Amino acid sequence: MAVDNMKTNKVVALNALEKRRFRTPWQEAWGRLIRNKAAVLGVVLIVSFLFIAAFANVLAPHNPLQLNSGKDFLPPSWIETSASGKHGDPEFILGTDTLGRDVLSRVVYGSRVSMMVGFAPTLIIMLVGTFVGLMAGYYGGRWDNFLMRLTDVMYGFPDLLFFIIALISLRDTWLGQFMNGLFLLFFALAIINWVGVARIVRGQALSLKQKEFVEAARSIGVKDSQIMLRHLLPNALGPIIVQGSFLIPGMIITEAVLGYLGLGLKPTTNPDAFFITSWGSLMLDGQTSINAQPYLLLAPAICVALVVLSFTFLGDGLRDALDPRMRGRA
Amino acid sequence: MSAYFIRRILWLFPVLFVVALITFSLMHAAPGGPWDRDLSSRQVDAGTQKVLNAYYGLDKPLWRQFTAYVFGDVSSTTDKFVCGLVCGNLGPSYRVRGSTVQDILFKPPKGKGFEYSRFGYSLRLGLISLVFAIVLGIPAGIFSALKQNSLVDYLSGFISSVGISIPSFVMAIFMIIIFATTLHWVSVVPKSWDEAKAWVLPAAVLGFGTLAFATRLTRASMLEVLRQDYIRTARAKGLHENIVVWRHMLRNALIPVVTILGPALAGLVTGSFIIETMFSFPGMGRAYVTAISQRDYSMILGTTLLYVLMVSLANLSVDFLYVIIDPRIRLEE
Repeated sequence: MAVDNMKTNKVVALNALEKRRFRTPWQEAWGRLIRNKAAVLGVVLIVSFLFIAAFANVLAPHNPLQLNSGKDFLPPSWIETSASGKHGDPEFILGTDTLGRDVLSRVVYGSRVSMMVGFAPTLIIMLVGTFVGLMAGYYGGRWDNFLMRLTDVMYGFPDLLFFIIALISLRDTWLGQFMNGLFLLFFALAIINWVGVARIVRGQALSLKQKEFVEAARSIGVKDSQIMLRHLLPNALGPIIVQGSFLIPGMIITEAVLGYLGLGLKPTTNPDAFFITSWGSLMLDGQTSINAQPYLLLAPAICVALVVLSFTFLGDGLRDALDPRMRGRA
Repeated sequence: MSAYFIRRILWLFPVLFVVALITFSLMHAAPGGPWDRDLSSRQVDAGTQKVLNAYYGLDKPLWRQFTAYVFGDVSSTTDKFVCGLVCGNLGPSYRVRGSTVQDILFKPPKGKGFEYSRFGYSLRLGLISLVFAIVLGIPAGIFSALKQNSLVDYLSGFISSVGISIPSFVMAIFMIIIFATTLHWVSVVPKSWDEAKAWVLPAAVLGFGTLAFATRLTRASMLEVLRQDYIRTARAKGLHENIVVWRHMLRNALIPVVTILGPALAGLVTGSFIIETMFSFPGMGRAYVTAISQRDYSMILGTTLLYVLMVSLANLSVDFLYVIIDPRIRLEE
C-alpha cells in the first residue's frame, strides 16, 4: 500500500515536471498573474467597467440628459431627508443633480470617456514609443541623439501644464472641435507620453543588442528589420506591457483633472452622442454643492478611485509576473 | 563635477526658451485675441481693440512679439526700451487691469511680508506638505522594513498603495466630505489663512502622495540594505542595534529616498493648483486656474514658465545633493 502510494506520488511528480517543461515564459507569467489576488480583482473590476461603458445606453436607468422638473437635488434613495429637506426617491438610486438629471445614469455614461481615454492614447503611445525606441536603441547615432535631447526638454515641461496649455489654446480650433474635444485630449496625452515608452524600449534595445543571440542572428545575415522584430521586440515586450499598464491610470487621472478644470470633454446636449459626460466634469458640477449635496461629488470620485486602483493592482501584478526580479520594489 | 553642473545650469536656458516658444505658439494658435474672450463683461469694440493691440504690441509680427516677450523691445508709446523675460518681466496681465503678471504672483498685500504674496502662500503650502510627507513617510518606511510582515507593515503598505494610486484631488474630495462636511472639524472655506487649523487639510492632501511614495521607497531600500554583508559584519562585531540601524543602515538606505525629493517637490508645486482651487487657497495655483478660466494668456504663459523653472531647479538641486551625500556617484562629464 505504502509502496503503491509512493509510486503514484512519483508519477504525479513526473507528470507535473513533464507539464512544466512545456510551459512557455508567457504561460509562466500568466500563472503568476492569476495567483495574484489583487491583480485578479483589478481585472474583474476593469472588465466590469468596460462592460458598463460599452452598454451604458442599456444599463443606465434614465436618460442622462433628461431634466426632471421638481425633482432636482434629490438625495440618494436610502437617505430619508437631505440637508435641503428633500426626500430620497427609489426611482433615482443615487439622487439627482442641480437640474434634476439622474446621477447614476450620468456616472454610468461617464465611464465611457474614462475607459476610452485610458486605452486609446495608450495604444498609440505604445506603437510609436516602441518604434522610435527600437530604432534609437538599435541604430544609435542621430536617432538616439534626437530622442535624448527631446526627452530632456519634455522632462523639463510638467505634463499637466502642457495639457492645460494645449487644451486651452486649441480648444476652439477644428482640432479641438473634433469628437467634442476628446481627440485633442488623446493627441496631447499621446504627444507627451510616448517619450517615456521610447526611452524604456531604447534602454532594452541597447542592452539586448549586445547579447549573443543577436550577434548570432547578425552573423548568419538576418536583416536589421528582422532582428528588431523577431529578436529584440519579443524580449523587450515584458517591460513595454508593464509600462503600458501604468500609463493607463495616469491617463484616466489626467482626464479627470482636466475635466474638473473644465477643459476635457465638451458637455453635449445631443442625446445620440456616444460620449455625453465624463467623471471629471461631473465632479466639476458637484463641486459647487459640496456642503449640501456631497453625493454628486462622491459618486464620480469613488468611480475614479476604483478604476485607478484596479489598474494599479493589475500593473503591480503584471510587473511581478513578467519581471520577477522587480518583485517588491517600489 | 563642476563642469557637469555648469553644463546642467546652462542647459536650463534652452529648455526654458523652448518651453516659452511652445507655450507662446500654442497661445497664439488659439482663435481670437485677448479682447474678445471674456463673455461675462462688455465687449470691446473694434476701434478700441486696435488701440489696445497697438498699446500691448500685439499688432506686430509674431516673431517680433516673441522676441519682445523674451528679450524686450522699444515701447511704441514711450519710446523707451522695455526689458522682457530675461529681466524677470512677465508682461502685463490681460485681465487684471494695471498689473503685471509678476505683481500678481509676487507682490504681497499692503503692509504684509513676502510670504503673504500668492507665490509665498504656495511656497509655504508646498514646504509644509513636503515636511509632513518626509517626517511621517521615512519613519514609517524604516519601521515597516525592520518589522517586515508585521501588522504595522501591512497597514502602512496598504495606506501607501492607496496614497500612490488615488489622485490627490479625489483624495481632497473625500477629505473635505469627511472632515469638513460631515464632522465639521474645519470649515471648507476658512475665514482666515492665519489660523494653523486651516492649513492642515490642504497640506495633508497635497503631501499624501509623496508620503506614500517616500514610505514605499524607504521600505524597499531598507530591505535591500538589511541583507548586505556589512550589516552582518556590524552585528557580528557586537555593535549595539541602535548604531547598526542609525549609522550603517539608514545612511545607505536614505540615498535613493533623496533622489525622489526633486520630482516630489516638482509634483507638489504643479499638483498644488488643483488642491489650491478646491480649498480656495490664496496661492499662485488658484491664480493660474482663474487665469485659465478667464483666458488671461500672459498670466498663463508667465506662470507656466515660472512652474517650469521651479521644477528644473528642484531637479537640479537634488542631483547636486545626491553627489554630495553619496561619494560613490560619479556623474558623466
